[in-house]
Amino acid sequence: MNFLSLYIFIPLLMLVGLWLAKGLKTVRGVMVVGSSALLMLSIGLVIAYLSARHAGAAAEMLFRAEMMWYPSLHIAYSVGVDGISVAMLLLSSIIVFTGTFVSWRLKPLTKEYFLWFTLLAMGVFGFFISIDLFTMFMFYEVALIPMYLLIGVWGSGPKEYAAMKLTLMLMGGSALLLIGILGIFYGSGGTTMNILEIAKLHNIPLAQQCIWFPITFLGFGVLGALFPFHTWSPDGHASAPTAVSMLHAGVLMKLGGYGCFRVAMYLMPEAANQMGWIFLILTGISVVYGAFSACVQTDLKYINAYSSVSHCGLVLFALLMMNRAAATGAVLQMLSHGLTTALFFALIGMIYGRTHTRNINEMRGLMRIMPFLSVGFVLAGLANLGLPGFSGFVAEMTIFVGSFQHFDAFHRVLTIIACSSIVITAVYILRLIGKILYGTCTNKAHLKLSDATWEERLAVITLICCMAGLGLAPSWISHMISNSVGPIVSQLIP
Amino acid sequence: MEYTIFILILPFLSFLFLGLAGKWMSHRAAGLVGTLTLGAVAAMSYLTAFLYFTAPRLADGTFATLIPVNFEWLPFTSTLSIDMGVLLDPISVMMLIVISTVSLMVHIYSFGYMKGERGFQRYYSFLSLFSMSMLGLVLATNIFQMYVYWELVGVSSYLLIGFFYTRPAAIAASKKAFIVTRFADLGFLIGILVYSYYGGTFSFHPDSSMLMAGGAAMMPLALGLMFIGGAGKSAMFPLHIWLPDAMEGPTPVSALIHAATMVVAGVYLVARMFPLFIVYAPGVLHIVAYVGAFTAFFAASIACVQSDIKRVLAFSTISQIGFMMVALGVCTSLDPNLGGLGYMASMFHLFTHAMFKSLLFLCAGCIIEQVHSNEMSAMGGLRKYMPVTHIAFLIACLAISGIPPFSGFFSKDEILTASFNFSPIMGWVMAIIAGMTAFYMFRIYFGIFWGTENKELHEKLHPHENPLTMTIPLVILAGITCVAGFIPFGQFISSNGQAYHIDIELSTALTSIIIGVVSIALAIFMYMRPTQPVADSLARKFKELYTAAYHRFYVDEVYQFITHRIIFGCISTPIAWIDRHIIDGLLNFSAWSAYATSDSIRSLQSGRVQQYAFVFLLGALALILLLIL
Amino acid sequence: MMINIECYLVVSTIMMFAGIYGFFTRHNMLAMLISVELMLNATDINFAVFNRFLFPAMKEGYFFSLFSIAISAAETAIAIAIMINIYRNVRSIQTKDIEDMKW
Repeated sequence: MNFLSLYIFIPLLMLVGLWLAKGLKTVRGVMVVGSSALLMLSIGLVIAYLSARHAGAAAEMLFRAEMMWYPSLHIAYSVGVDGISVAMLLLSSIIVFTGTFVSWRLKPLTKEYFLWFTLLAMGVFGFFISIDLFTMFMFYEVALIPMYLLIGVWGSGPKEYAAMKLTLMLMGGSALLLIGILGIFYGSGGTTMNILEIAKLHNIPLAQQCIWFPITFLGFGVLGALFPFHTWSPDGHASAPTAVSMLHAGVLMKLGGYGCFRVAMYLMPEAANQMGWIFLILTGISVVYGAFSACVQTDLKYINAYSSVSHCGLVLFALLMMNRAAATGAVLQMLSHGLTTALFFALIGMIYGRTHTRNINEMRGLMRIMPFLSVGFVLAGLANLGLPGFSGFVAEMTIFVGSFQHFDAFHRVLTIIACSSIVITAVYILRLIGKILYGTCTNKAHLKLSDATWEERLAVITLICCMAGLGLAPSWISHMISNSVGPIVSQLIP
Repeated sequence: MEYTIFILILPFLSFLFLGLAGKWMSHRAAGLVGTLTLGAVAAMSYLTAFLYFTAPRLADGTFATLIPVNFEWLPFTSTLSIDMGVLLDPISVMMLIVISTVSLMVHIYSFGYMKGERGFQRYYSFLSLFSMSMLGLVLATNIFQMYVYWELVGVSSYLLIGFFYTRPAAIAASKKAFIVTRFADLGFLIGILVYSYYGGTFSFHPDSSMLMAGGAAMMPLALGLMFIGGAGKSAMFPLHIWLPDAMEGPTPVSALIHAATMVVAGVYLVARMFPLFIVYAPGVLHIVAYVGAFTAFFAASIACVQSDIKRVLAFSTISQIGFMMVALGVCTSLDPNLGGLGYMASMFHLFTHAMFKSLLFLCAGCIIEQVHSNEMSAMGGLRKYMPVTHIAFLIACLAISGIPPFSGFFSKDEILTASFNFSPIMGWVMAIIAGMTAFYMFRIYFGIFWGTENKELHEKLHPHENPLTMTIPLVILAGITCVAGFIPFGQFISSNGQAYHIDIELSTALTSIIIGVVSIALAIFMYMRPTQPVADSLARKFKELYTAAYHRFYVDEVYQFITHRIIFGCISTPIAWIDRHIIDGLLNFSAWSAYATSDSIRSLQSGRVQQYAFVFLLGALALILLLIL
Repeated sequence: MMINIECYLVVSTIMMFAGIYGFFTRHNMLAMLISVELMLNATDINFAVFNRFLFPAMKEGYFFSLFSIAISAAETAIAIAIMINIYRNVRSIQTKDIEDMKW
């Protein structure tokens, strides 16, 4: 037990607090205190991690702790973090923090909503701190199930259909995953579930790897919106309540990329080398295909959902390039996309909450009516299309430069194709901004709408600051990630 | 010279300050903050230029390349990283002067021009952003830093073109400008990627061992792709279509971004990579020349028939940038005495053009402010009302037409000399285009200040001279235009860095002067009088040509077709349809088939205990049989 | 006269199949219950018979019969209680009338 377990205990305490809470004020109080504590914890963790590394800690994972909880199957609660998980934990806590403020005025059943929301957050945090395959899988499931209720109860539109589709597809993925995990466990001799130890053993026969690698990769890939298993994303995001979309696109989709890297590729490097190209083509398709699809959508959330497909495709794409710079870029892209897309979903939710429409043809000239939200929207858009100074540029450029350093010409050509997505991104983002923000508002009902409230401003400003901070001074986080990516990638390079 | 970093930091701070706090500031305070910042930047730039050019030369006769500031901003691999820094060499220092001067003039001018506009503070914060990014672009120490600022320049141009965001035309124009240049930037980015892969670095000097190992063969590709990026920003055919539309932005913005600074970024890029072009990719350099020449001719011919004065100036800008590209492209060696003259000529023309073209735009702004229209039909006879503007406009027109002693003569003459050295055909083509330039410039000059006066409108509006904030920049720029030609430019900038003495070659100079004078005479003959029978009959006689040119040879329509029909109609819509109906359909089909299967086998689970018992019995009997047998 | 084992088994087999036949064909729950009882009794007889003829020294077969009789009595009581309740609600104990129960 060490302080990483706080990531489980704080949400647990929050759950208890919410359970006992009576009245809206207490519920909000518990959420604010809890999510701020998590944010503080993450910031503290980043500082602790960096100073430990600075002091010369050379272990692959720091702050390790382990407690056996099912000895006969070697299942342990073991935690530990490296640069990648630190970055992901920071991202998650930022999103949980802002998500709390975004759902400030959510009704009805506020208490129950926050209960599920916190449970979801707990699953996410647990996933990122675990280094035990089974515990990881368990937290993964903890994060998935609340999604069904959150969308099904508090969603909008065809919410039952969307909730069902999302849950079933992701459950399908996790079924594959379970098989894959068991395969890895027994393939490596069935002596440990600890990822680091399995990696050290490095004894899964190639023939077995070739079975378990695609299964595991696909299992995580579904969550990472791998083409053609991405269709849950537009429907799910469109129906989910705002903060859930934020958490889902911002963090949950990153579980996919993280898992692909940490489990599938790290533990089965030979198979990854041999079969990577198949998935590389699929992710390359996602990148371009998602961007093109977003160009003609008319629903705000669909645009962003397809944009997420494109950007998350880039994460998996870069991971499969299997070199250090590209993988660093992939983790940066996870961070950057998490922040950007969360901001986008938050703003879309706020606009939708006022205009009661998400059809971009029914809105015009919002800039004059809600200047704060509109400026936020423009910034989010520019960040999304990779403007220097925001995190997107840093991530995309790291990916492109890293990928293009690949020795194989086929990979380089794919990189060029993926690069073209930045132009298409510009097309749909500018189309969106031009349509809904600029011009003169003709809808009388819209003229009376109000601008953002204080809690919405807080959420938007927090996210923008994080994006700009990452975009203006990227080198520290890039170093941190790159150093942690190194050992994993060195396994991959034959 | 570490202080040079503040040339970048100050405008950035001003951008942040005005952007965040501008809402609570008065117009005057916001304008003052922006202008004073730029004043400080300009002062630092002049100081830098003075110190740089007065410092002793190196032993080989060149100026030292200084990198006072450089730090790693974003590491990629052990060898590749984006560095941010400041690089001082002759061309970047020259660009510093150009940018800070024009930007300062525009800042002052905007006080009067944008007076009382909604979003005044936002306007100044965007101007600061633009100045910062443009300065960062020219001071870049490596190609990737250049790309970073290149993108920022693009976005500030987008924001400024769309400044009047309630006008549909401005929205469309800003979108178009951003997307077209972004498309070109893709070429630039891929070029950088290829360059870094084969050159092993982002710096302007590729790793020689990598080049020896086969990288040199790929350099033409890398440089060619980079040129696509440059062609996009510098509005070379066929990527020029965004520039005329960009005139929807406020006129001072057109003067700053779309005449003097951002649009020459492409020329600057080629000049920056010039040592590589000349050694590894002379063929690509020739392509640059041909593209430049064609664009110059194409744009000049369109400029001859446009009636919107800002459009004429925009096409004129495209044409003049074509001149600069040609000058770079006709270089065949690094030595200015042996075919490398074009490099100096191009930079010289960049410098003089920035001054007189921004002057033209600012004059146009003064006129538009008074008559509230861009169309020549609303003007005519304005010389009586606006004498200062008139004289300034005339000086600029003479300069662009290449009439001595104005600055344009000297730079254009060098370009023509370089072109004649390359091949006589190129020389004559460029000379004719120079003649066309003189013709269309004097066409609008007479259309605005002479010609038929729109009395009705003028009686209503009472056009008069603008306030001092607007006229002082005109006077300053006109002064620069008069004397800039006498700067011994070759002493500072030349293709190999050594001092080069410009001497005017009499035959070329005479040719260009004669062509210029003849064209002006033609324009006087056709357009000076109140009625224009010759021009009208010509327009009637060549009706198709005239209409085609008036519609800018339908290039926009081609683009419209490509984007709307092909990209949206033939790619995006089908993809979205496939996604919703085929891929999602497959998923829904699997869900449906699971449902249908369970529905059909549901009747087995009838709930009738007798049926169950019967099946059970049969099963038991079957098992017994199985065991017995 | 010695009654041999086959006679007992014939009787119990007839009872068993009568029970099965009744269980399959009757639609009255009471009749079905009676059929079930018949089957149970047939097995009880078998337990007793096999004990008597094959393992005369032991008593487990008889015990098991008694045990089974007790269980079936309890079971019958529950079954009849359910039937009475159903009858009170739907006024019928025909199986086809209570098909709604499965939903």
